[in-house]
Amino acid sequence: MPVGVSREVEDLRLVNLTKQFGDSTAVDGISITIPAGSFFALLGASGCGKTTTLRMVAGLEDPSAGQIFIGEKDITQLRAFQRPVNTVFQSYALFPHLDIYENVAFGLRRRGIKDVDLQVKRMLDLVELSALDRRKPSQLSGGQQQRVAVARALINQPDVLLLDEPLGALDLKLRRQMQIELKRIQSEVGTTFVHVTHDQEEAMTMADTVAVMNAGRIEQLGHPADVYETPHTIFVANFLGQSNLIAGEKLSSGEVVEVGAHGLGFKIPAKRNVAPGSHVVVGVRPEKMTVLDAHDEHKLPIGHNRIFGVVTDVSYTGVSTQYLVQTPWDQTIIAFEQNSIVGDRSSVGDQVVLGWAPEHTFGLDPAEGVTSGIHEGVSALESDPEA
Amino acid sequence: MPAIANTPNIAEVSQRKSRVAYWLLIPGLAWLAFFFVVPLVTLFMTSLQTESTTSPGKYVPGFQLSNYTDAISEYWPQFLRSFLYAGLATGFALLIAYPLAYFIAFKAGNWRSLMLVLVVAPSFASFLLRTYAWKTILADDGAVTSTLNSMHLLPDGRILNTGIAVVAGLTYNFLPFMVLPLYAALDKVDYRLIEAGNDLYGSPQQVFRKVTWPLSMPGVVAGTLLTFIPAAGDFINAELLGSTKDKMIGNVIQTNFIEFRDYPTASALSFALMAVILVMVLSYIRRSGTEDLV
Repeated sequence: MPVGVSREVEDLRLVNLTKQFGDSTAVDGISITIPAGSFFALLGASGCGKTTTLRMVAGLEDPSAGQIFIGEKDITQLRAFQRPVNTVFQSYALFPHLDIYENVAFGLRRRGIKDVDLQVKRMLDLVELSALDRRKPSQLSGGQQQRVAVARALINQPDVLLLDEPLGALDLKLRRQMQIELKRIQSEVGTTFVHVTHDQEEAMTMADTVAVMNAGRIEQLGHPADVYETPHTIFVANFLGQSNLIAGEKLSSGEVVEVGAHGLGFKIPAKRNVAPGSHVVVGVRPEKMTVLDAHDEHKLPIGHNRIFGVVTDVSYTGVSTQYLVQTPWDQTIIAFEQNSIVGDRSSVGDQVVLGWAPEHTFGLDPAEGVTSGIHEGVSALESDPEA
Repeated sequence: MPAIANTPNIAEVSQRKSRVAYWLLIPGLAWLAFFFVVPLVTLFMTSLQTESTTSPGKYVPGFQLSNYTDAISEYWPQFLRSFLYAGLATGFALLIAYPLAYFIAFKAGNWRSLMLVLVVAPSFASFLLRTYAWKTILADDGAVTSTLNSMHLLPDGRILNTGIAVVAGLTYNFLPFMVLPLYAALDKVDYRLIEAGNDLYGSPQQVFRKVTWPLSMPGVVAGTLLTFIPAAGDFINAELLGSTKDKMIGNVIQTNFIEFRDYPTASALSFALMAVILVMVLSYIRRSGTEDLV
């Protein structure tokens, strides 16, 4: 079937998938359904089990327990070469002794397809590498090798294409370009893409569903915006972007939950509060806050949550300004402000008030500790200066 | 005086540096000249000597090309046998060494170093001693021979003093020279390429044929050369394990040098052997297309 014609693909379903290496559990009973034709991102820090999950789907790793289905077909016992699944490897793993054409033709030839020329040429066109078909992989740039790896996998029209940190080795600009390229290819071929990455921005820009993984489990799964706006665990709140988290006690329930902390009251819509008990961690994203001089507190809309503090650091980052504000209880709150406001910005030493809408507040279960995911999150941020 | 005038310019410095590099070559070149080029020239001169007309048994410098034609026409069976035995030994060594090297490179894990030591360990005993040991192993009343005899697998009823023993000895003695380059080549093969082959619908056999084997080619070429070349010139295995009917060219050269003192013939044979091996090696390397890989 020619490239670019959408065809029937089926859901990928993982049922209680588990992988143990000796005593350690790399993947801890994952059960998810990845809808056919979706662009699914598995996001997590290194060692969270995301690559192991991918390798189990590819058939390169045997699960300790659980099953893998494509549609209604159980493929758990099939070996890698028998599965309708192809992988774009992190290192590309292009065959160094074969030229680009033969690399792309490899899968077709192994299945005994004689006349591969038309398909290979179409595929090379799709990834815009037709002119380089007789080069060896070592003669190509990183971005070109990456495209060969995608072409080599996609030409087989797999039910599921697995991408294992495929953009990790590229520089930032090229990575952006390839993100767009991959999205274009995905919408053209209609194959289910399962993309493993530690780069939160990459996951959010490319995928239509993101699953945040931590310690072998899926912490949260959903549309990137939903996961970002309404994190359900402290790990997700800290790992995916940044969050200000303040531990408190529930004062009142109802449609709006009120949480008291350090003598202040915070309002959270009940549907955004996932804490089961009376201990609640109040969370808010830094860009949701307004930074005002303490004297201008009255300018904040009534009913908004607010924190008072002293500015300890101001960093101008171009698009926005980042403030670090120290609260009376010695917590540092981070706030971003778009550089679109007219007038003076606050400066170090100023008494300020930080205000935000209850609708931007989320309530989390403090059980896992307020620093969960911070360390992992930092490394992900460092790779991405714009986050 | 400005300081800059004292600093040697860059061209001078780099010139001096490259001169140093040439000086470093001198010990190696001197060694090669005295112990390779000079003996080679002497050998070639000797191969063309003629027997003295005044004192028979003595040889004088000359240009006796018939030394070559005579030697080859007399000893061509031993020549052919040398290449046959060396070829067989190389083939068997490859069959034994490849799975072994593959296992060490991909499956041995923590046992890798120990296994490599074990491969090399026999070399700590002398070549001669090991070959003598094979004499015992393959002896007519030994376990190997009697077992095979009881199954009626031996046409002559024995192994020692047959070509089989010579090939077995050659295979055994040169096995490490096959294993080590194969291991080095396989160790360099990125296991992820094998996984990629599996991922792209290659069955284990197909992946071996299309990925692992081509990528290990440099090791195959190096290993077969390191086995074939010394095996073709070897005389100890044929001497100790073979009968007079199993003599190889190495034995003929040795006998001519040491016993008959027919230096021109022995030299002509040595030179011819060298030339034939050189031609074979060059065409082999060209055919396997690995000039840039070896």
